[in-house]
Amino acid sequence: MEFLKQPWPWYVAGPIIGLIVPALLILGNKHFGISANLRHACAACFPANVKFFKYDWKKEAWNFFFVGGIFVGAIIASQLLANPEPVKVNPKLVAEIGSYGINDYSSMVPKQIFSLESLFTLRGVILLIGGGFLVGFGSRYAGGCTSGHSIMGLSDLQWPSLVATVMFMAGGFLMANLILPFIMKL
Amino acid sequence: MQTVSQHISSIQQPVAETNTTAVNADFEVRSLDTMCVNESHKVHPWWYNFKYMIVGAVFGIVFVKAEVISWFRIQEMFRLQSFHMYGIIGSAVIVGMISVWLIKKFNIKTMYGEKIEFHPKKFNKGQIYGGLLFGLGWAMTGACPGPLFAQIGTGAFVVIVVLLSAIAGTWTYGYFREKLPH
Repeated sequence: MEFLKQPWPWYVAGPIIGLIVPALLILGNKHFGISANLRHACAACFPANVKFFKYDWKKEAWNFFFVGGIFVGAIIASQLLANPEPVKVNPKLVAEIGSYGINDYSSMVPKQIFSLESLFTLRGVILLIGGGFLVGFGSRYAGGCTSGHSIMGLSDLQWPSLVATVMFMAGGFLMANLILPFIMKL
Repeated sequence: MQTVSQHISSIQQPVAETNTTAVNADFEVRSLDTMCVNESHKVHPWWYNFKYMIVGAVFGIVFVKAEVISWFRIQEMFRLQSFHMYGIIGSAVIVGMISVWLIKKFNIKTMYGEKIEFHPKKFNKGQIYGGLLFGLGWAMTGACPGPLFAQIGTGAFVVIVVLLSAIAGTWTYGYFREKLPH
């Protein structure tokens, strides 16, 4: 049990995530992809006569169960297998984000940004609402997210998925290194 | 009585035809800008879906335990300050590639005996523009769509707002889809 409570190394986590690809295919011909759920949610709740959302979302209900499972798994891991130590990261990162006033490592997300109070600050609105919007808009525009393109698509040797993955990383590097420092100082 | 049944069948005829076209158009619409299409032609009771919930739960546990959903870990990755996330994505892709290769080579079927289908993805400019926008959002929220659900599960309830905003972003894309360069 103590072993399970430690943070899991990459060589344990990566292969398990990779095995989700064949697991979903063999369980029922399902292709691994999570951002599609955001689209199913639109199709189910507010299709608003937009052609892109007019399809039989009920056929994709399996994907809601899948993300429901992710939610349940996260509860299990954080309640029963929680690591009491704070996340250990590179000291350079600690120094950099410390200079923006972020020093709470007790949660998976920095509480100084991910809180209700923060939603009433310009920084919080940009990071949480703006960032969320870009994740939803960009993943659908790209036709998939890290699971659909970077894991499922690359596993199937689809070169458009490689293009998408390179752009995901480019966007991330651009934001983290060049734009985020300005947002964090707000 | 006969006239009534004739009448009914004459009503049902066109209805049946619209249904077939709707089903065909359904796949067409559904496969637009997506990696993830349900390829199964089987119809099962809804509770068969619980098996996907179990797979999802395994995924969710790994997400938390390997700190994939940590905002701090994502910041490290984009600053090249740690190998951790690269190791996870890299080894996941290698295992996925070998699995897909084995499925194709040995023509492995689903547990219900169906052929496992793959569709080649077409390139469009959306993968460039959309990919870049997604990357920006990923570094801001420290989460791609999967981890959003897991972050909420760990008790970071404000992420519900991020998730709703992501759904709004998806909706906005769908609304302006025809006007965007692809």
